[in-house]
Amino acid sequence: MSTSPNALRFDSVSKTYATAKTPALEHVSLSIDQGEFFGLLGPNGAGKTSLISILAGLSRASGGTVSVLGHDVVSDFARARRALGIVPQELVFDPFFSVIETLRIQSGYFGVKGNEVWIRELLENLGLADKANANMRQLSGGMKRRVLVAQALVHKPPVIVLDEPTAGVDVELRQTLWHFIARLNREGHTVLLTTHYLEEAEALCGRIAMLKQGRVVALDRTSSLLAGKASTMLRFKTDNALPQDLMPQARVTGRIVQLKAHDANEVESLLARLRAAQCKVEDLEIGRADLEDVFLEIMQEGPAA
Amino acid sequence: MTALTEEKKPTLLQHEQENSLLAGTGTLFRKEVLRFWKVSFQTVGAPVLTAILYLLIFGHVLENRVQVYDNVGYTSFLIPGLVMMSVLQNSFANASSSLVQSKITGNLVFLLVTPLSPLAWFTAYVGAAMVRGLVVGLGVYVATLWFSPIGLVAPLWTLVFTLLGACLMGSLGLIAGLWAEKFDQMAAFQNFIVMPMTFLAGVFYSVKSLPPFWLAASHLNPFFYMIDGFRYGFFGVSDVSPWISLGVVLMGAGVVSAVALQLLRSGYKIRH
Repeated sequence: MSTSPNALRFDSVSKTYATAKTPALEHVSLSIDQGEFFGLLGPNGAGKTSLISILAGLSRASGGTVSVLGHDVVSDFARARRALGIVPQELVFDPFFSVIETLRIQSGYFGVKGNEVWIRELLENLGLADKANANMRQLSGGMKRRVLVAQALVHKPPVIVLDEPTAGVDVELRQTLWHFIARLNREGHTVLLTTHYLEEAEALCGRIAMLKQGRVVALDRTSSLLAGKASTMLRFKTDNALPQDLMPQARVTGRIVQLKAHDANEVESLLARLRAAQCKVEDLEIGRADLEDVFLEIMQEGPAA
Repeated sequence: MTALTEEKKPTLLQHEQENSLLAGTGTLFRKEVLRFWKVSFQTVGAPVLTAILYLLIFGHVLENRVQVYDNVGYTSFLIPGLVMMSVLQNSFANASSSLVQSKITGNLVFLLVTPLSPLAWFTAYVGAAMVRGLVVGLGVYVATLWFSPIGLVAPLWTLVFTLLGACLMGSLGLIAGLWAEKFDQMAAFQNFIVMPMTFLAGVFYSVKSLPPFWLAASHLNPFFYMIDGFRYGFFGVSDVSPWISLGVVLMGAGVVSAVALQLLRSGYKIRH
């Protein structure tokens, strides 16, 4: 019996940029198995993109090692990169070429010949078929984003990395994209996703790591993360100010307020305090905590351990 | 269970790796050629026109006043210099502008994530730069035939200097493209290094006509040897022996290529 290598393996990866005082990454260790749909979450500046840049060879680790299917991204970069498909966060394109030329060129870089069938399939699945001959400059932002995804997948990489693929993207593209990526994952591709849309991560990712200030502060199955933290939430709308003592634990989004409540007694006491403060409450509901609640709770837990 | 039933490796065998690397290098080379060819009005037409204007103006003014070599009119003398100048400047421009544009617009990422090796980058970028230099040089030569048709006495010399000069300048363009972070840095490299060195290399005159100090200074300019050797192929006469020029240009091309390749290997300003 041979053990199959991890799809992705980060071993004590550190990174300090020449121009920065504090490290972007500090001893990050993660292993992602083949076939996983893995989420990498964290606030802006937590180090998600730094980690992906090191993985892709766009930047070099100050310490530690990264491998893709057992191939080190520095010493065995050709095999590692062949196994990787990266959708970059920035909306970049080469204005000299059309969509189909862009895809043929990208395929050619990887030495994949006779790839027309797969290129056509990518265009169909990403809703780009009627834009095949359009110049990249003529495309809308959403369409450019689709081309970025197609470019990353053109050499059929076993490991797919999506760095905030749905930032600023309309609902239709999000649906198309997740439908397609979920299909690829079912067919055995490993997916690593970073996103700020936590409901997406909750719906798609089997396991999640959370980064904060360059360190891993949580790493678990999505279901365990949801079960482990405050699992009940009191949600309501109000136009009134909340009592001062409730402010620190409240998550406020416009008129919507969410408060952690571990059990029925706590719900009752919260309602009593709201009533005492003459806070008029509408659309009251009690629900399960979502990933956003867990995320906020973890991020608020003082400095990274 | 025997070793044969071990799970099959999802990776390519060594020779498949090499074949696909070769194909990848070919793709990058074709893409680089296609990039300038798609805007050939600007990348080929414009430099040919510029060279013709130099020829018309300087040829008209100086034809009956300057005689550099016996039996060679000034316009004829000027043609090889202009052809080589075009080869050198355009080889430089192709590699440098392509790289700096990709860096600034960010689309270099598409290349950075590929398995292409530093040598593959070098081959493709410098190869395409040489093609642009040769295409423009040929364009200038063909256009000048209409004004003052000149033949080649020793075409092999001309060919060797064209290829070496284009390779040197393509590599230099690669270095400049890696180094520059902004378009104005690129323009500075072009205007303050490449332009003066080509203009002071004897495109428009024989360095023999210069005062001793400037004659000595010209001999320190590697561009002088590229142009002098190139011109030897047309007339069979030159300011210094073509063998000396060959030695200097070979060494120059070797050093500049080695530096470019080393910068690519180290990821200088592209892999942070």
